[in-house]
Amino acid sequence: MNSPYCVILVSSTSYAIRGEQILHRAGVQCKLIPVPRHLSSDCGVCLRLAKEDRQAALKALEAAHLAPEAVCDL
Amino acid sequence: MIYFDNAATSWPKPPGVVEAMAHFMNDIGANPGRAGHRLAVEAGRILYRAREAVAELFHAPDPLRVTFGQNVTEALNLALRGLLRPGDHAITSSVEHNSVMRPLRALEGQGVELTVVPCSPQGFLDPHDLEKAIRPNTTMLVLNHASNVVGTLLPIAEAGRIARQYGLFLLVDAAQSAGAYPIDMQSDCIDLLAFTGHKSLYGPMGSGGLILGERVDPGRLEPLKRGGTGSRSEWEEQPPFLPDKCESGTPNVPALAGLEAGVRWVLQQGVEHIRQHEMQLAQQLIEGLRETPGVTLYGPGDASKQTATVSFNIAGLEPSEVGLRLDEEYNIFCRVGLHCSPAAHKTIGTFPQGTVRFGMGAFNDAAQVTTALQAIRALARGVHEQPILCHPCL
Repeated sequence: MNSPYCVILVSSTSYAIRGEQILHRAGVQCKLIPVPRHLSSDCGVCLRLAKEDRQAALKALEAAHLAPEAVCDL
Repeated sequence: MIYFDNAATSWPKPPGVVEAMAHFMNDIGANPGRAGHRLAVEAGRILYRAREAVAELFHAPDPLRVTFGQNVTEALNLALRGLLRPGDHAITSSVEHNSVMRPLRALEGQGVELTVVPCSPQGFLDPHDLEKAIRPNTTMLVLNHASNVVGTLLPIAEAGRIARQYGLFLLVDAAQSAGAYPIDMQSDCIDLLAFTGHKSLYGPMGSGGLILGERVDPGRLEPLKRGGTGSRSEWEEQPPFLPDKCESGTPNVPALAGLEAGVRWVLQQGVEHIRQHEMQLAQQLIEGLRETPGVTLYGPGDASKQTATVSFNIAGLEPSEVGLRLDEEYNIFCRVGLHCSPAAHKTIGTFPQGTVRFGMGAFNDAAQVTTALQAIRALARGVHEQPILCHPCL
């Protein structure tokens, strides 16, 4: 299945909301979605964004000192 | 009606507080961090915005170092019980509220050493006395920013510098000052700031928290409780990161929504502006009480050295009787007695009878102070005019 999205997992909902803010300020479109079960058993949320925005997103998060737990294609 | 019990809880609340709480209850209502749907995420955003507002007000290092709890008592218990270990030595003052004293006394029974540095009868603390009390095993200074009995401001910034010099943590109980007096965790060198939401932050009851400064390693902090956080659900152990480590169980989101609105109102007004207003009221009250025969005023007697909390007694009248008569005859609401601070009353010489306490806030005005002073004068005059044998206390 070819999904156009990837997800960035962070440690908690608080960090996901912080990540959302960081990406919006960086002009990267994203959406908070439930963490897909096949990626983690965590019951929180993660950041979903277009695969082509992955590098820009990771750069923005790194600049804001938010380290992702994992980055996965959907 | 005159509400002078803001030192217990502020009332009324600013515009926006009730609306924010109602918005959450009516339109969102979901559990933050426990699901991924839009309503749960929005609840999470409300919490995050509340953390940002609090961090901005106190110049905290990071919104995620703002941990929420029920009130300042819970926050103080978290800091004290979470960081002090048997063999550690803590230093506090003689004007602390029982929210500090009781956990410290309990810890003392478990092997924590404690020094209570005496304050002056006006509630002043000499920073040199703090420094003199430091021992090789001292780990923490624990001070309220302002006395809840007489409003006296303690030298927090000086204590912060001493704490840094000796490698100690400074824990500040800001119950009486947060929102009413400028607090800057960075420049005041505050490592742990415990605050309540329902006093001078103008939020609802059931909101408060502990902010951890950068020098405090969350790994060293034992949480008061453990449980579900919505994060690391695959683990049976508590997550190590903030704020989740300290926030088990469903949070009081309606209260925290109201807290954000209250803090935003304080930020909009400006703490300095609120401080100037309250200082004027306090000075007016202090001068009026000082000129009233039969009234004993406690505390600094100088509004620049205290919050807008003023304690006094009327000769020949028990504080409880003054409180009742102010309520029934004058529609003035205040708090009388010991104010959960026996140590402070021993320090100022009013234990065990206590005092009458007027706690003024941002929504009080000069006309109310004038009216209240007239009531106090009438009560004091009435006592003196009565034949002594007729006095109900005799």
